[in-house]
Formats: sequence, structure tokens, C-alpha cells
Amino acid sequence: MKRADLLELAARNLRESLLRNSLTTLGVAVGVASLVAMLSLGVGLQTLADERLNRSGIFDTVLVYSRRDIPSFDRSERRALGRTDDARRLDLAARREMEALPNVKEVHPEVRFAIEARFNDAGHFTTVAGLPLSGRENEAFDTLQGTYFTGEDADEAILLAEFASELLRAQEEAAADAAVLDAAKSGEVQKDAPQATDRNIAPAIPGVAPPKPPLKIPTRPPSVVSLLGKTITLRYAERVPLSSAGVPPANSSSGDRRSAGVPPANSSNSAATTTTPENRQQDAGATSDWGFSVLRRERQMRIIGIVETEPFGGVRSFARGRLFIPIGVAEKLNAMQSSSLRDPLRITAEKPGETIYASLLVRVSNPVQVEPVQAAIKKMGFTTWSILDAARNMRIVFAIFDTFLGVFGSLALAVASLGIVNTLVMAILERRREIGIMKALGASDRDIKQIFFAEAGAMGLAGGAFGVLLGWAIGRVIDFGTNIWLARQELPEQHLWLVPWWLVAAALAFSVLVSLAAGLYPAARAAKLDPVQALRYE
Amino acid sequence: MTATTASNGAAIRAIDVCRHYQMGDSLIRAVDGISLDVREGEFLALLGSSGSGKSTLMNLIAGLDRPTSGAIVARGRDLAQISAEELARYRRDTVGMVFQSFNLVPRMTLAENVELPLRFAEVDRAERRQRVAEALERVGLKARMAHRPSELSGGEQQRGALARALVNRPSVLVADEPTGNLDSRTGEEILNFIREFNTSLKMTVVMVTHERALAERYAHRIVFLSDGKLAGSAGVSPASSHRQQDAGATGEAP
Repeated sequence: MKRADLLELAARNLRESLLRNSLTTLGVAVGVASLVAMLSLGVGLQTLADERLNRSGIFDTVLVYSRRDIPSFDRSERRALGRTDDARRLDLAARREMEALPNVKEVHPEVRFAIEARFNDAGHFTTVAGLPLSGRENEAFDTLQGTYFTGEDADEAILLAEFASELLRAQEEAAADAAVLDAAKSGEVQKDAPQATDRNIAPAIPGVAPPKPPLKIPTRPPSVVSLLGKTITLRYAERVPLSSAGVPPANSSSGDRRSAGVPPANSSNSAATTTTPENRQQDAGATSDWGFSVLRRERQMRIIGIVETEPFGGVRSFARGRLFIPIGVAEKLNAMQSSSLRDPLRITAEKPGETIYASLLVRVSNPVQVEPVQAAIKKMGFTTWSILDAARNMRIVFAIFDTFLGVFGSLALAVASLGIVNTLVMAILERRREIGIMKALGASDRDIKQIFFAEAGAMGLAGGAFGVLLGWAIGRVIDFGTNIWLARQELPEQHLWLVPWWLVAAALAFSVLVSLAAGLYPAARAAKLDPVQALRYE
Repeated sequence: MTATTASNGAAIRAIDVCRHYQMGDSLIRAVDGISLDVREGEFLALLGSSGSGKSTLMNLIAGLDRPTSGAIVARGRDLAQISAEELARYRRDTVGMVFQSFNLVPRMTLAENVELPLRFAEVDRAERRQRVAEALERVGLKARMAHRPSELSGGEQQRGALARALVNRPSVLVADEPTGNLDSRTGEEILNFIREFNTSLKMTVVMVTHERALAERYAHRIVFLSDGKLAGSAGVSPASSHRQQDAGATGEAP
């Protein structure tokens, strides 16, 4: 029989018992809908997680270390490498080389150091972290109040909200003290913090976007935004390489200036540490100059933003960064970091004062490029680390999760396929005589089989199409509901349900396949019907 | 062509055909060793009481059933040996069937019913329409082609069934009690159509009936069946037929 005739006959048969076939098709639709809803939830959650994690900066970052410091993260590889004392230095040349690698977005060192933040004459010990301009994309800044850095070298600071409230609290206490004591000190407070008394009113700061009303954590005082535009002083320890004379040279390249607030006497006292001058040998200058002085410096920064959570910036950080400054500024400060102590001990640089990075963060344009970039950097002779392995595990988890969702979704479809079997078997009983007539008129077993197959397939296709729509609608409704709930929790909107085109195609194909499989038995039974018995007068 | 087909003018030749059914413990010999030649262009009537095996023999001749033993040779091939697919093709191309209960598909219009065999024969749509119209014209039902069987009288339904039986231009018409559900006047009308097909279209007709009078009036030859065996045959020369027939049964009368 020709295909057109087959479809025509099948369509005619389906129209004949419209209610029953519609209900069966609806059953298939519900099955497909549950499958689509389940799988789109899985896909949506996975996409959401991927997106979040990708934007967290964890998945597109490769951490690079010198093999001297960390030969390898792989024990067997470490053994194979043997001695790594002469391994390549992680210097500026290496950094430029990495920057030139394909798919590398940027390379910057991990800069974190301890400071004392001076604000309103009070000191707050904390950690500063340098952030690149691209850090703006990080999801942590989705809820940024104020603005992001205007440039790599801008003297601007973004505070962690928690640190900002600490500053505020201190300011509040100072103001209270001032009010109670009415001391001479109060004039000073007023000078530095004119908003101390009306801190609950957010001032309009020129050049700063009007801050959004703080919604995210109700416990946070709404006044942290009042810090925007104010100046904070960073007191830090600068590393100054020893000159041949053993006197720390003035570090002009860093461009920092001594704070006016620091008495001049301080600067002479600031050479707090000078490494082992007695060990220096006059004739072997190369070894004699390994060391640096640590000088106290101050730098003023304008507070331009408040951020809720700390963005990812490497894994070797010894402490949480609570104050962020542009990476360019952070590098030039040449501040003493926890890793700095290694340099005089291990003599890593060619000459004193040369920049040797403890680690570099290589950001890759796309998480899928992490592996090749990592390989390329390894080839250059460095140790690398990325969270790729962890991500791989996450993908396995999602694959299992998807499978479970798929299985549960398929259950409904399996039940629906029984509905198809039932409907078609009923149809055989009803159309028994008709099948006999068709056979008497010359229909082959194959023709009969195909008619029933076509009917099953048509129900599957219609059910599948309707089911995809239904599943999509269910997803939308639940998405809508979830977002109302999220909005009530003051959380950003999320799309948990994603119905990609491949899922639509797969659901349709699966629905048709399952339906055809369901039609297998009825079709075979119809084809085997004995025409003599079917036509026997009843 | 096999040796068995060297039959002089036999459209269908049954050779020692048996059709036995197992019914519980007992074996029912519906057809029990019948040998019969149906000649080309012949109007043959199978006459017998109910249970005589005439319908079973007819089903075997029409290719709806297969013999338990023996051979039925049509168009040079043994229907007992060919595949189910080929048997379906035989029913489609060689045989047209009409039934006592008309057996039109109730949910299809008359035209669609007549069209059905053409669909199985994969005839083109345009040609199908033409042949359906032609066939319905022949039985005088062209005006009623859009009607459903339930909207037609018994006689009209049987005429529709006749149109359906001949739309594929088969060489053999097998009619199973075609007048059984009709009044005598309508029955005669149907038989006139069948005779007309027999004479003008040169169709071989095998008709099962239990009405001897009708058989004698229309058939060239009558074969009597009883208990699954041939019980004799008679050549008739009805007034309407000018052909003289001899007894043609090759089977042994008991």
C-alpha cells in the first residue's frame, strides 16, 4: 500500500473513535510532558550551575606555579620530574608568553596582602586582594552597589559588605564617643567623617550611580552605601629590594606616596626588617643582594563599591580578601605577601628586584579551553592546577541526576504506551470484521500491520507534540512560581527550566518510538487475524 | 508454469483438497477430498445444505484459507504452497468477492469502499477515481457513491459490493450466498448483474448457494456438496444461457 493511502486510512481510523484515541493521545502527551519537564529541569539546573560556576571564575581559571615551589599536583608526575630546583622562573617573560597563548583572556598574579585600613582614625586589620577589570563579569558583582573600578591603575577600592559594616560600626562608636565625651578629638572625627551624625541618610555622591536599596541581607544596616565616595587609607608593608649599598632605594615605580597623615619620623623607622646584611659578600654580589626591606607605606583609595561576597581570585590565598583594589595598583604597590619570604631564602630571581610571581591566574576564554591551555602551560615548564577534575565529577553527578529524572519522566510515558496497546487491541476487536474484509479484498498482512503501526505512530507523534508543549508550559508555570518565591526571598530571578531544541526533537522521536513499540503487538495480532474467522457471520 | 497447470481451460483446479479443523478432541472434515475444475468463463454454483463444506471450499478457492492437504491450482500456482504475501496478491488481483452480508466497511462511503481494493493494489489516485466511477456506473449506483452503507438498501449494498469486487478487474468472481439476505426480486437483480459480468466481462463465477432454483436458473453447472464431499453435479441449460454444459466434475460422486 502506498504511504499516502496508509496515512489516510490510519487518520480515518483515528478519527472514527475520536474520544478514545484523543484520550490515549492525551495519555502519551502527559507522559511526554512529564519527561520533558523532568529533563528540562535537569538541563536547566545544569545550565544554571554551569553558568554560575563559569561566572564564578573557578572554571575558566588555570593557576600556574613554578615547579620549584610545587613540582606537580600529581604524585607520580612529581616523582618523574625529579629535582626541580632549576625549573623555569615564573617571571614577566613567562607571563607575557602565557598571555600570547591562544584562548587566554588574561594573566595576572594573585595579589593578596595584609593591610591596616585606616578609616576615621581607626585601624582595621584586614586583607586586600587585587582584581582585574574583567572581574566585573564575576557573579559576585551582580549585586554590586556603587561602581566597579574605572581602570587598572585607579586608586579605587571595593569593600566586602561585611567589612563595610565593620567600618560603619567603628564610625558609629566613634561618633557616640565624640558625642558623649565632647572631646577635642571630636573635631577630628567631624573632619574625616562629616556624615557620621546623619549616617542613616545616604548622601548623593556625584559620579557614583545611585545605589540600589539594599535588599539582599535584611540584617545589614542600610547605610553601608554612605561609605561610597569616601576615602580609606591602606597602610601596607612594601617590599623594597636591597640596593648594593644595603639601603632600600626609593621605590618610584610603584608611584605611591607617603601619607601626609604619617609623621616624617616614621619613614626613617620604617625600615623594619632588613634581611641578613651580615651574610652579604662583597665579591659575590649576586648572592649578597638577595633580600628586601619592608617599609611601611600608606595609600589612599576612594571607596566606590560595596560587594556582598568575595569573588574567586585564586586558591592559595591565606585569608579572605575583604577589600579589593585594581590588580594594576595592587601589583605596583609591591606589597609584602605571605609568599614574599620565600624569595630571599630560595633565590628565585636572576637579579634582585626582578618580578617573580608566586603564582599566576590564567583566565581562559571558555571553560572548554582550560585543558589545552593547561597543557600548553605545562609544556612551558610550569605546574598548573584547575578545577577541571572537580568539574568532571560534577558532570557525572548531573549525568546521573538527568538519568534519574529521565527514568521517572519515562515512567509516565511507559504507562501511556500501555494505553496505546490497550486502545489498539480494542480497535482490533472492534475492527475484526473490517480487517477480514480488507484481507478478502487483497490486503496483505503487511498492509494491515502498517495501518496499525501508522495509527500508533500518529498517536505518538501527536501526543509527543502536545506533550512537548505541555511540558514546556509546565516548566514555564513552575519557573514562574519559583521566581515569585525567589523574589519573595529577595533572590535574583532564575530559569530552572530549559527546553533546548534537541530535547524537543528527542522527546518527539522517543514518543513516536515508544508508540511504535506499543503498536508492535497489536499490529502483529491484527495481521495474523484469520480472515475466514473474522468474516464468519455472527 | 508447473505441470499441474496444463489444464485445458480450467481457471481453478482443486485436486484432492481436504480442509480439516481440530475442534477440541474431534476432527472436523469440512472439505474432505474434493477434486474439481472450475473452467474459464464458467458460472459454477456450489450447492449444499449448511455444514456441507461449500463455504469452506469457496474460501479455499478464494484464497482466504489454505487446504490441509491437496492442491488448489490457479494461474499456474498451487495456492497451498505460495506465501501469505502471494496469496494476498492472488485475492487482490485474481479474485473478487461478494458476501451474503455485503461486508461493506460501515464507516466508509460507498465510493471509498469500492476504492479499497485499488488502494491495496497501489493504483494511482486519478485512475482510482475513474475506475470507482466506472464500477459504480456498471451497477447503477453512481449517484449514491457518497453515501454510507447504512444509507443504502440491501440490494444497493450488494450492488456496491459487486462494484467493489470487480473494480480490480479480477478474472474470478466468488460469491458467497449473494442473495441470502435479499428478497427474491432484489436477489434476481443481483444475479442478473453477476450473469452480466460472466458474459460481458468473461469473469469466471463461483457462487455458493443453497437455493437450487436460483442456481438452476443462472449457473452453467451445479456441483452438489454433502459432508465435505462432492455429491454429484449437473449441467444446466437455463433459458438465459445459450451455452450447453456437460457435467464437469472430475471428482467421484459417492
